[in-house]
Amino acid sequence: MTENEDIPKVEDDALDDEIAGEGLGPAPEGPTATEERRSRQRWKKREVPEGLWLKCESCGQMIYRKELEEKGMVCPACDFHFTLPGRDRVTMVLDEGSFVEHFADLGALDRLHFTDQIPYSEKVKKTEKRTGQKEALICGTGKIEGRPIVLAVLDFTFMGGSMGEVVGEKVSLAADMARQRREPLIIFTSSGGARMHEGMLSLMQMAKTSAALATLNESGGFSICVLTNPTTGGVTASFASVCDITLAEPGALIGFAGPRVIATTLKQELPPGFQRAEFLLEKGQIDSIVRRANLRATLARLVDFGQGAFVKR
Amino acid sequence: MSEPSRPRADSTPPGMAFERPIRELESQLAELEELSKRTNLDISEEVSGLRTRLAEEIASAYADLTPWERVNVARHQDRPTVSDYIERAFDESFELHGDKVFGEDRAIVCSLARIGEQRFLVLGNRKGRTTKERMSYNFGCAHPEGYRKALRKMKLAEKLGLPIVSLINTPGAYPGIGAEERGQATAIAENILAMFSIRTPILVIVVGEGGSGGALGIGIGDRVLMLEYSYYSVISPEGCAAILWKDAERTPDAATALKLTAPDLRELKLIDGVIPEPPGGAHRNPAAALAEMRRAIARELEALQKIPTDELLALRRRKYRRAGEIPGRFPVLD
Ligand SMILES: [Zn+2]
Repeated sequence: MTENEDIPKVEDDALDDEIAGEGLGPAPEGPTATEERRSRQRWKKREVPEGLWLKCESCGQMIYRKELEEKGMVCPACDFHFTLPGRDRVTMVLDEGSFVEHFADLGALDRLHFTDQIPYSEKVKKTEKRTGQKEALICGTGKIEGRPIVLAVLDFTFMGGSMGEVVGEKVSLAADMARQRREPLIIFTSSGGARMHEGMLSLMQMAKTSAALATLNESGGFSICVLTNPTTGGVTASFASVCDITLAEPGALIGFAGPRVIATTLKQELPPGFQRAEFLLEKGQIDSIVRRANLRATLARLVDFGQGAFVKR
Repeated sequence: MSEPSRPRADSTPPGMAFERPIRELESQLAELEELSKRTNLDISEEVSGLRTRLAEEIASAYADLTPWERVNVARHQDRPTVSDYIERAFDESFELHGDKVFGEDRAIVCSLARIGEQRFLVLGNRKGRTTKERMSYNFGCAHPEGYRKALRKMKLAEKLGLPIVSLINTPGAYPGIGAEERGQATAIAENILAMFSIRTPILVIVVGEGGSGGALGIGIGDRVLMLEYSYYSVISPEGCAAILWKDAERTPDAATALKLTAPDLRELKLIDGVIPEPPGGAHRNPAAALAEMRRAIARELEALQKIPTDELLALRRRKYRRAGEIPGRFPVLD
């Protein structure tokens, strides 16, 4: 296995994803965590040279990068579905060339002048520069196998998909668009939860998105949420859990309090598979698990079942 | 997310150290009053002088509390609890238990209640006063069945045309294995969604700790008020310090950064008003705090009940769609 000498240390911003949301808890420590972060950092920065091996977050297997990409970032050994950057998700889900992005110019404001180890405003600027995006939510309209839909995708590579004022607003605007266009709303989540740097403004996005969904529901709208790895905190405890159909990708970590928060509180080891998609399915918390390879076809089928939406009865 | 553990009942938390001069004067005053009772000595001048000094000390100490000190006041063990308000500020109450699916979560209380001729449903996070109560109420940290119970009773209130009063005092929803298995996130999310469609007035008052999603799960309302020294936050200052600073010592800094105090949140237009507390906080004069609560609830419910229901619901949704927003910042699709 190749341990890369040319990446000497884990940079701080590789940790930002982990810790911007309130749900995942403190960043993990120790050699395993460091190795995992290195791997994630390389992936995030698209600095994975050809022929490099990546470590599977779930089973620990080293996987040849090209094989992983060919399989849509799904582990060939354990079927773990790696977190997809938001743009890749849009490309994967929608018909080629059908995506029209909306509200891409809405960027985060540092309303509280929040400073931890660095000012929040700087963190946002750095993230904008690295990702070429202004926020963690990508939304717009597009087609899935010819069927028009409104799509909202939370991008974990932008501050861990954490929900601040703009993310909440864009989810709400997506719900409004779905209502106006009388099209199904499809949401993909991957998020550490509410963005702490925006304090109560971020908590209130749980309410705002729910208000928008309530109005969509009243007009007879149809919504589907696909929970992907990881989805925790205030995102799970709001719009992500109250769409008409809740799907999840295999192995996705889904919960209110992240496993590190629970382990710290209870001071005990958590059972294997706890808070994974399969566990949630068994506990009756989600409608179905869908493999990435079948996602487009499944969504198309479900959209067809939603043809009666928006009809007053 | 917060840990349910609390400092031991008899120790003064470091965040309350600012009260030391007040406590000293209070005990001096108590001694003096005791002496005057015992001896018939005329020391009324000394007593009244000390009273004045005490009042001044309280006023100056409470004039510029740090956010972290406010959090400590909000958590004070002598601060009136939700049970105190229900038992002592209202004229009548009848508790309704159970989610009728899984179980009874004592961390959330739901009671039919009355102030004068005003009948309503009161919900609240119950923390308990004794150690035994605190344990049985899980330190105010609810499980999914607590949120589901609250929703069930809210639907009853809607049917009966009773307004709803929700008294928030929780460190957060319980982060545990059973809670996750039974859908903690979904329970909270469903309550938030449903509260936007409950066709009866909802008044929310944060009376102590407003702990994140756990608070919001019974916290959507037409009017959201906070007691002067309560706090409301996306995460506990301890949790925030551990995650963002990786240092528990920075908890007071996290409390400041989060803008979690009632005046800060009023300024951000995230709450509708602040209910004043007696000088030196509700824990110093619970009777006055209870009386103020009673007046505030009666006043607010009367005002809310004048609004036609359709308008009330439209206003409720608009309020949260525009919460804290800079006017004109976001597009409006209507
Ligand atoms: Zn694997």
